[in-house]
Amino acid sequence: MSDFIQHLINGIASGTIYALIALGYTMVYGVLKLINFAHGDVMMVGVYVGYATAFQLGRAARTTLWGVLAIFLVAMAACALIGFLIERFAYRPLRDKPRLTALITAIGISFALSYGFQLDFGPLPGAAPRAFPEVIQPTEWLVLGDREVVVWNWQVISLLIAAALMVGLQYLVFRTRFGRAMRAVSFDHRVAGLMGIPTDRVIAVTFMLGSALAAGAGILYAIKDTSVQPLMGLYVGLKAFVAAVVGGIGNVPGAMVGALLLGLIEEFVVGYTASSWREAVAFGVLILVLLFKPEGLFGRVAAEKV
Amino acid sequence: MRRILPFGLAATLAVLLAAGCEKKNSNPSQNPTGTGITPAIGATGQAPPPAASDVILLGEVGSLTGAQATFGISTRNGVELAINEANAEGGVKGKKLAVRVYDDQSKPEEAANAATRLITQDKVKIILGEVASTNSIAMAHKAQEAGVPMITPSSTNEKVTAIGDYIFRVCFIDPFQGFVMAKFAKENLKTTRAAVLRDTKSDYSQGLSDVFIHKYTEMGGKIVETQSFAQGDTDFRSQLTAIRSAKPEAIYVPGYYNDVGIIARQARELGIKAPLLGGDGWESEKLWELGGTAVVGSYFSNHYSPEDPSPRVQNFIAAYKKAYGSVPDSLAALAYDAARVGIEAMRKAPSLENKDIRDGIAQTKDFPGVAGTITLDDKRNAIKPAVVVQVGDTQSKYVATITP
Repeated sequence: MSDFIQHLINGIASGTIYALIALGYTMVYGVLKLINFAHGDVMMVGVYVGYATAFQLGRAARTTLWGVLAIFLVAMAACALIGFLIERFAYRPLRDKPRLTALITAIGISFALSYGFQLDFGPLPGAAPRAFPEVIQPTEWLVLGDREVVVWNWQVISLLIAAALMVGLQYLVFRTRFGRAMRAVSFDHRVAGLMGIPTDRVIAVTFMLGSALAAGAGILYAIKDTSVQPLMGLYVGLKAFVAAVVGGIGNVPGAMVGALLLGLIEEFVVGYTASSWREAVAFGVLILVLLFKPEGLFGRVAAEKV
Repeated sequence: MRRILPFGLAATLAVLLAAGCEKKNSNPSQNPTGTGITPAIGATGQAPPPAASDVILLGEVGSLTGAQATFGISTRNGVELAINEANAEGGVKGKKLAVRVYDDQSKPEEAANAATRLITQDKVKIILGEVASTNSIAMAHKAQEAGVPMITPSSTNEKVTAIGDYIFRVCFIDPFQGFVMAKFAKENLKTTRAAVLRDTKSDYSQGLSDVFIHKYTEMGGKIVETQSFAQGDTDFRSQLTAIRSAKPEAIYVPGYYNDVGIIARQARELGIKAPLLGGDGWESEKLWELGGTAVVGSYFSNHYSPEDPSPRVQNFIAAYKKAYGSVPDSLAALAYDAARVGIEAMRKAPSLENKDIRDGIAQTKDFPGVAGTITLDDKRNAIKPAVVVQVGDTQSKYVATITP
């Protein structure tokens, strides 16, 4: 029984990280109908920026509340800038081209970032993995029995941050002027433009928000799993993307549910069957979900106009 | 203007790419893989070697980027050191030696490409590398087909040298490492219950795990849980939670340092106190960086210990420190040995034909390597003892020597 609870906790912890990354995917897709494959790699860049910031702050300062906030904010700001640049120079010129062109460009950016960061320039990148400093001093939040169930403070903090970000996003999309503009652009960006909505600006800001979210997710991920390396974004990004699709891409709570589902399935497959089946079973379940509900768990069926 | 910008960008890119290609062509030691992204690592960092007639070219393939980059860098340093020393002694048959190093990004397909390039384009006499067995196997097929001798310094999977009679190694093989750890766990640590956490993506980890399980059971121990992961995973909590409930006294994790550091951290986080046991893939300064205090107290089998007082080892350490500023790890020591075995074979060989060099390497007997005395058996594997070291606060401490 205690093992079951521990598995549950582990699954929720990894699902939370997928969820945070999936939020960015879903948001950009919602507005642009573009699968931003570079999202995971933007996250990686954010982690490196956070890593550098943590070292600039030094050992004492980085574990204070302000230090942690500074790490998050600097990384998020840097990623927002990168998101802006990517959108401006790689995606915007292709906006009226076939969607496949933009998709291939996204894959190109993804590889350019993940392999570019393996080059040795300056003190920061480089191929070898490094350890993210312990910015949240790990303490046990809850211990049951003879350490049979352990919940750590950062697991709780991550979950709270993820939930808060989700609520915040939902509010932004459905309760603000900017959110209405986003939804209008999502519906039809040409018509939205004719109605006086600054389409370019809305899309750029959406990208910046998505990238900032990726940076936040990345730092929580690095706090959880320690290792920082240039290829870290590829695989996690892929899983988050799958989670977003299962939840119904473009749908914020859907991404969250899909991600938690993926994290839990993976965890229990390993815990109760063989670990090498993890991906096969997890993705098999996801295929089943999509077979019976192609629009995803929370997605809406978009009627095609003929 | 809207239409011109992308074209302008594309044109600039094309020009840049073209410039890049030209530069690569002008310096043959560049661009190992043709991806154009990975930095090409030039020969020994010196000027391009002189014309082929007065230089004997060796080739090396290593992971200078990618997940196991420290392996490739240590190996390159070891080879360079051996070659510089040989050149200082007057080279081989009156000719100077040079090495061409290609990066394989820790990927087998890139390793195979690099080997082909060394054979067909650079026409090297001996190929050195790789560290990871999976990559060495990919290279060995190319080397064997072309009949170019290949010495892997540190690939311990059995299959590597079984590929053909041109493939050698200067390290022991996996069955031996698995045996060493099984014996150590059973006799030195006096455990009876062990768990195994293996990396399904690497031949190396699979090989060590299989032998460990077999030998440990044979010696009367019990394997209480077997779990696996895939190289590059960062969350091992699910596997570790399952292992924890089986209550092992030791956990065998024959993976690479980048994964092991994190595994150790998460094991301690889940309250697992049993020591982790591993193989030479743990050897890297990064183990401490990634694992922190969680790795301290665990054991792994290795090729050599820098604490070895013999002058042969200490001289090597001093020379290496002078050149690269750090204490050489096992991979550097083995790479140095591999290069020296190759050089020695070329010195003894009647000519520099591939066949003669091959025969020279095959006859290696009681060669005084820094990582143990090397005798190659008829399967072209080195017969030598292993050491078991314990991970300390800042470096590993020698614990035991286990002989075949």
